Amino acid sequence: MLKNFFDEMHAESGEVREPYETYSAWLHSTQVDELVRCHEQADLIFRRVGITFNVYGADGGVERLIPFDIVPRIISASEWELIERGVIQRVNALNAFLHDIYHDQAILKSGLIPPDLILTNEAFRPEMLGLTLPHHVYSHISGVDIVRVDEETFYVLEDNARTPSGVSYMLENRQAMMRLFPDLFAKHRVAPVSHYPELLLETLSSVAPKGNSQPTIVLLTPGQFNSAYFEHAFLAQEMGIELVEGQDLFVDEGYVYMRTTRGPRRVDVIYRRIDDDFLDPLAFRPDSALGVPGLLAAYRMGNVSICNAVGGGIADDKAIYTYMPDIIKFYLAQEPILKNVPTYNLRRKDDLAYALENMEKLVVKEVHGSGGYGMLVGPASTKKQVAEFKEKVKADPANFIAQPTLSLSTCPTFVDQGIAPRHVDLRPFVLSGRQTKVVPGGLTRVAMEKGSLVVNSSQGGGTKDTWILEGANARTRR
Amino acid sequence: MRIKIRHETHYVLEQAARRAMQYLRLTPRNDRNQRVGNWSISGPEKLTQWLDGFGNVVHFASEHTDHNDLKIVVEGEVETKETNGVLPLDDGLPPGMFMRPTPLIKCDEVLGAFSDELKGIIEKDGELSFLHALMAALADEVTYESGQSTVACSATEVFERKKGVCQDFAHLFIAGCHRQNIPTRYVSGYITNGAGDPASHAWAESYVSGLGWVSFDPANRQCATESYVRLAVAYDYATAAPIIGVRTGGQGEQMNVNVQVDQVQVQS
Repeated sequence: MLKNFFDEMHAESGEVREPYETYSAWLHSTQVDELVRCHEQADLIFRRVGITFNVYGADGGVERLIPFDIVPRIISASEWELIERGVIQRVNALNAFLHDIYHDQAILKSGLIPPDLILTNEAFRPEMLGLTLPHHVYSHISGVDIVRVDEETFYVLEDNARTPSGVSYMLENRQAMMRLFPDLFAKHRVAPVSHYPELLLETLSSVAPKGNSQPTIVLLTPGQFNSAYFEHAFLAQEMGIELVEGQDLFVDEGYVYMRTTRGPRRVDVIYRRIDDDFLDPLAFRPDSALGVPGLLAAYRMGNVSICNAVGGGIADDKAIYTYMPDIIKFYLAQEPILKNVPTYNLRRKDDLAYALENMEKLVVKEVHGSGGYGMLVGPASTKKQVAEFKEKVKADPANFIAQPTLSLSTCPTFVDQGIAPRHVDLRPFVLSGRQTKVVPGGLTRVAMEKGSLVVNSSQGGGTKDTWILEGANARTRR
Repeated sequence: MRIKIRHETHYVLEQAARRAMQYLRLTPRNDRNQRVGNWSISGPEKLTQWLDGFGNVVHFASEHTDHNDLKIVVEGEVETKETNGVLPLDDGLPPGMFMRPTPLIKCDEVLGAFSDELKGIIEKDGELSFLHALMAALADEVTYESGQSTVACSATEVFERKKGVCQDFAHLFIAGCHRQNIPTRYVSGYITNGAGDPASHAWAESYVSGLGWVSFDPANRQCATESYVRLAVAYDYATAAPIIGVRTGGQGEQMNVNVQVDQVQVQS
């Protein structure tokens, strides 16, 4: 076992932690051959489903399977209760923050956040000024990344308010596990996740313009070359809505229409899986062929809802992240339930000096980066890599933040050598519309390489099924 | 002053386009210093009016049938008031947002040094004097000459060439002001008389604490007068552009612009 890391299955004393008791007993009574067989079968299942992920920069972006691990991540009812309250609180605060910065900007007037950090930020969209959205919700789907460092402490790593992906893995991983290990599901009360598409559809419907109760909803994808295209197709099918590309939509007299074989059909809500920059070539990137000319006009006229909203990306800015505890207190008058990772904001001189001095110990990230690109994990890098990154940081310090390297918890994982601990994180998916809800579960990502702390699938990370154990008084919901 | 405007933009295509769509920022803003009367836009098959985030009136124009030519005509009258270049203190847009260095108005060391040469004035005589000095310095340094730049030219590129037109002067002025942390924005509009293209124009507005937005037209070395009509305000040319369009099909575009801006003589 790796020393100095909290392990999800084994307490420091070596005893099995409570949520894993049943599973651990089963694992001990199961032959390694049997596990190997299940592992191979899992691989087959995923290939048949066709669940793949494009990895940029690797062999020209080939499609490949994300490694799936057959050992589940298990979370107790009480642990989940904390996480659930914590992520709902964060997303509610983020939505209040986004509404505020595009309206009265009370938080800037209060002096809590330096105004220039928002107003001159590339992710601040003047296109959103004064536009009031249904239920004041901007981040309808958030994928909050959480890591655990000890029995009590969970940190939020990122809030991912810009169309986070990965929820299809949460659903497919569960399906695969139920087929592979029906006996385990008989022994555990695992909270179901299969109603996620239904909840997502309900959320999207609830933010339709002008309270329309029978809205037409579409999923807007950049197309089959996008790394998450599988997920777009999957979710559209699960929700029973059309999967469209920009060219399938057009704007007329301020309304958005979809071309169908039976003529144009009005569209009320667009679940978009393309970036702001590509939504409308007349308003954003003029060279983009992915979007819909005139969409911003229809949006600002209040005739269509876009989920997630335009301009929510500023909530993902890693410099804004450092203010999240203040944002929660400011809008909700509550103490944060989940902690922020202590973060050095490199636009501050002292923080910058510290980071340059200690970079080999730190994780350094670009403020607008995502997906594990453009970051440095100090302890896992060579001296040369650290030196090169220092130069990048020096050239534009405000573009970076630094964090201590966290001791991410480990979870037993099936690898070539058998079962061994590997580092994991957790991404629950929070849905905000008329209400804010979370499906009990999420995507557990696992760094398949020994000692690695980078769990991003674009960097070779794998996934696990995430089991939330239902408490004794849990409602049954199928 | 009563100003009568007729602005015609005529696109002719060698090969017909199937569809065309545009955002038109061609409607003057109703402000303290100008009132808009009888304004009309005609030409495109369909027009839908909306307001952008800067508060500009925009029309979404679309053409859904094959076409070889497209004519956009705006006309109307605007009544302007002389305010010595000073605009209302608060138009709902936080001044701080006009400090954003978009690609067109990003300042570099050369342009920054040019602005820094004058920065002593801020402490001695105040921001307003600095702004006048920067306007004059740019008018001295850069020659007004059309055909030397395109709308995609950045302030730093223009400053290398030292030649440009009104939108280049506006970009240069904005970059020079940003260098001294003075929020400054781009204005598009019309002018009854001035340098170069007599009519379609662009200038800048700086936010002076305690006073409000003050307009500076470095291409004409003057603050805006009652001869100026404001169309749109934004960060730069790209965000304030009078016409932005996309089309499907169509080739060999020719654009002819005809602008008439005249003072209306009021009979007494």
